Amino acid sequence: MSAVDFAIIGAGPAGMAAAIEAAGLDLSVAVLDEQSEPGGQIYRGIEKLLATRPQHAAILGGDYLRGAELVKKFRAAAVDYRPGSEVWSASSGEGVFYRREGASGHVRARQILVATGAMERPFPVPGWTLPGVLTCGAAQTAFKASGLVPQGRVIVAGAGPLLLLLVAQLVRAGVRPAAVLETTCNIRAALKHAFAFTNAPDYFRKGIALLRELRHAGVRVERSIDALRIEGNGRVQRVEYERRGKQSRQEADVVLLHHGVVPNGNLAWSMRARHVWDDRQRSFRPHVDRWGRSSLQNVLIAGDSGGIVGAIASEYGGRIAALAAAEACGRIGASERDERATYLRAEYDKHVAARPFLDVLYRPARRWLAPHAADTVVCRCEEVTAGSIREILARHNCPGPNQLKAFTRCGMGPCQGRMCGLTVIELLAECRHAPPADIGYYRIRSPIKPVTLGELAALDVE
Amino acid sequence: MFKPLPDSRAPDVRVIVDGREIMVSADLSVAAAVLAYAGGVTRTTPISGTPRAPYCLMGVCFDCLMEIDGVQNRQACLVPVREGMRIERQSGKRTVSP
Repeated sequence: MSAVDFAIIGAGPAGMAAAIEAAGLDLSVAVLDEQSEPGGQIYRGIEKLLATRPQHAAILGGDYLRGAELVKKFRAAAVDYRPGSEVWSASSGEGVFYRREGASGHVRARQILVATGAMERPFPVPGWTLPGVLTCGAAQTAFKASGLVPQGRVIVAGAGPLLLLLVAQLVRAGVRPAAVLETTCNIRAALKHAFAFTNAPDYFRKGIALLRELRHAGVRVERSIDALRIEGNGRVQRVEYERRGKQSRQEADVVLLHHGVVPNGNLAWSMRARHVWDDRQRSFRPHVDRWGRSSLQNVLIAGDSGGIVGAIASEYGGRIAALAAAEACGRIGASERDERATYLRAEYDKHVAARPFLDVLYRPARRWLAPHAADTVVCRCEEVTAGSIREILARHNCPGPNQLKAFTRCGMGPCQGRMCGLTVIELLAECRHAPPADIGYYRIRSPIKPVTLGELAALDVE
Repeated sequence: MFKPLPDSRAPDVRVIVDGREIMVSADLSVAAAVLAYAGGVTRTTPISGTPRAPYCLMGVCFDCLMEIDGVQNRQACLVPVREGMRIERQSGKRTVSP
């Protein structure tokens, strides 16, 4: 067991920026991260990529390269960085428990920062469990971390900035998707946020440049897809989709799905942080104040794990949380904290101003969130379908997701609801005619990562 | 399902997947290695016995659970390959030896 002032979980933009800021204020800092290198998902593998295959940086583009500077500063900071650490429990009373290379670790901290980032929203369509179906983020990760690209006929489906970016990156890498199927583009509803979006630094220009690049490359985007079904025997073989009442099918080897990102929240849920429903992002997020302080004493949450804000705002959010931690630990006074936060908060606000437009523009329609096709697998682990969930909800008085678990085992598998939680909330909300805020969420319990009994037994806890 | 770009790092690490030796590059996770060099499938499910392959590659979907160097239910996307590593596909439910 060790003890530090500030334990940070996650080495993405928020976690790294918080660590640098906190170390600069003389806090003792430990950073625990699952990956073997710093960067989070957005800057995944950046050190190794630049060292061993720098020619691939151009394929990923400038927003990725931006991470190199942050990672360099993070490496130079006086921080106890523990890569390859899977955190399975955390609380301000007991500290942070993790596994690292088959051994157990435990660190106590006066302040804890949850910076676990984002994950892609579940995309439940028939066939999404077939081998060869991955998320768009997974395809990016395969390239960033390992220089891999999808093989054969590739179909990209869904909506969101990351989907368009991935298609551009695939084309730059010489992989031309056989089809790009866009499910969502709520331009009319998003217009009222357009002014804020065009004023936020660079996002509008980058979006236009990306769309222009795809057009020049001759990538055809099929818009307004209403339904999607992936078929195959033991692996992906074809995709069937519906557009304005017309059915089409397309042979495929790899299907890449994306419906935006949501907070990667199992750690915050397991800590019992209070959550609120964010209707614009169609997701729960932890309740945090303007310092990133959660409902739990001594627990801060920053970056996308506190609600999707994007990579750059996550850096500022991380730094603001570090100031709060430094003040709480007595390293700086409240007035110095406030003074230092002024600039950071102004920058943060500038960048989050881009979010409402993007959130609304790419918010998936209800039929994608609460699937109707009865054979759609909702819970990938326990293989519970939308049809069986709807049937249970029609027959029984099932007030929430935890009762549904008891009826169906939905959410009881190894992913602990990460892949089905939001879909289950949407199904319950629809069937019970209640807002998701009233439905609530699974009661997530630690350990939130697989731990062996041997590792538990080896823990040295007094 | 995936392939390395021609100018990616050449295979330089030997691992054993289901008893078969394959060469993979050192900057791969076990899940990425299976996607690029071993057909993609990481396990069959405990319920219906259908095959699964990595879905998220970032530690949240748990579809890449494999037995790695004798430890079951490892998230293969979080484990970097190592020389001589023994990787087994998981078939159905896990077992406990008394």
